[in-house]
Amino acid sequence: MVVKASQDDPEKARRFREAALPYLDDAYTLARYLLRDAADAEDAVQECYLRAYKHFDSYRGPAMKPWLFAILRNVCRAEYARRKTAPTAVEELPEGGDQTPLWNEAPETPEKQLLRRFDGDTVRKLVAALAEPFRETFVLREIQNLSYREIADVAAVPVGTVMSRLARARAMLRSAWLAEQEQVK
Amino acid sequence: MNCEEAEVLVHALIDGELDAGHAREVEAHIEGCAHCAALMKEYQEIRQAIAESDVRYKAPLELRRKIEKALPQPQAAPSRRSVLRGFAMGSAVSAMAATGLVAIVLRNDDEQRIENEVVSAHLRSLQAGHLIDVVSTDQHTVKPWFNGKLDVSPPVIDLTAQGFTLIGGRLDYVNAREIGAVVYKRRQHVINLFVAQTASTDRKSAKISTLQGFNIRRWSDRGLNYWAVSDLGADELTEFGDKFEGAMRANKEG
Repeated sequence: MVVKASQDDPEKARRFREAALPYLDDAYTLARYLLRDAADAEDAVQECYLRAYKHFDSYRGPAMKPWLFAILRNVCRAEYARRKTAPTAVEELPEGGDQTPLWNEAPETPEKQLLRRFDGDTVRKLVAALAEPFRETFVLREIQNLSYREIADVAAVPVGTVMSRLARARAMLRSAWLAEQEQVK
Repeated sequence: MNCEEAEVLVHALIDGELDAGHAREVEAHIEGCAHCAALMKEYQEIRQAIAESDVRYKAPLELRRKIEKALPQPQAAPSRRSVLRGFAMGSAVSAMAATGLVAIVLRNDDEQRIENEVVSAHLRSLQAGHLIDVVSTDQHTVKPWFNGKLDVSPPVIDLTAQGFTLIGGRLDYVNAREIGAVVYKRRQHVINLFVAQTASTDRKSAKISTLQGFNIRRWSDRGLNYWAVSDLGADELTEFGDKFEGAMRANKEG
């Protein structure tokens, strides 16, 4: 799986280090959420950086972070394809899946009281439990702070799709949040 | 606008992705619709809660190490001998002059690059959950923690009495090498003291520089290079460095 970086060009390596390595934690965070496995995430990020280095000569922008993420996403999709054992984690919804009405997702009446705050572990768990492709969209927006345009480029979908996925993701997360709140009451 | 549309567009409103016209339409709907208004408030609360929780992961050091290893290593400054060979056709005198110049240019370049990296490492460390690998205000806990993780563990000195609280230590990556960072705090300001081994045992006195709004106090002593980085003012960072060097001298004599 691992490609060895072969071009022995220290100047290129230096520029690459400066441009790409500051995003290592971001890339690892994304991989953790996409793959939901620490060891697989580590492999994917390593592969992503080696591919990115290989293609660094042709990098002309846009921003480094979305560029890396697009590569990482492809690596992760290859990993999905390899895993055949966890179907819920791997496949995107079938055609038209994005169009499921939103108002079925959340309780009709918003809660009157304040939402409860959870610790980091619980929040991570709730986010990680979101189905794809909503989890990916959500993480790119809320944890990685990408704009809709950047998310659209990373996920190779129109901006409108980003918008509807994000709406769906937040509705699902809200339901899960309220359910968790109910449970610990 | 009906609720169905508003329930999608409200997210773009929260994210500041709507143009002024659509934003006004959504806001108008929300003003007249208690249901959507309450939903939007919940979404904002969840968003806020996520922004304030520790939902990020830190890349394992082993991963950083593997990626570093796969990349070509930074070019070492050419040795005097190889530079001389390059000038073999010229006269010895001009060659000597030229090498001196080359060496100086390279060294400054290198220093600038490393200072950049040190500031990047400082910035990285300020992200939630990234500052400290070993949390302790006790130098006798922090110091042994470094042993075995680095070729040379950095000196760890308690400066609490001098107004700089030791809060822990961390492994970091600078100049394609693992180095130790000892972390101090003064009030709410973090000071990262990066310590790396160097071949030269010359003592170099402190220099203060500023990069991206951070102050750096750099010095060398007994085979170690030090970079103290902080958003503290230059005067207080100087005070930190002076106290640290003072304590090191006291340790040596005592």
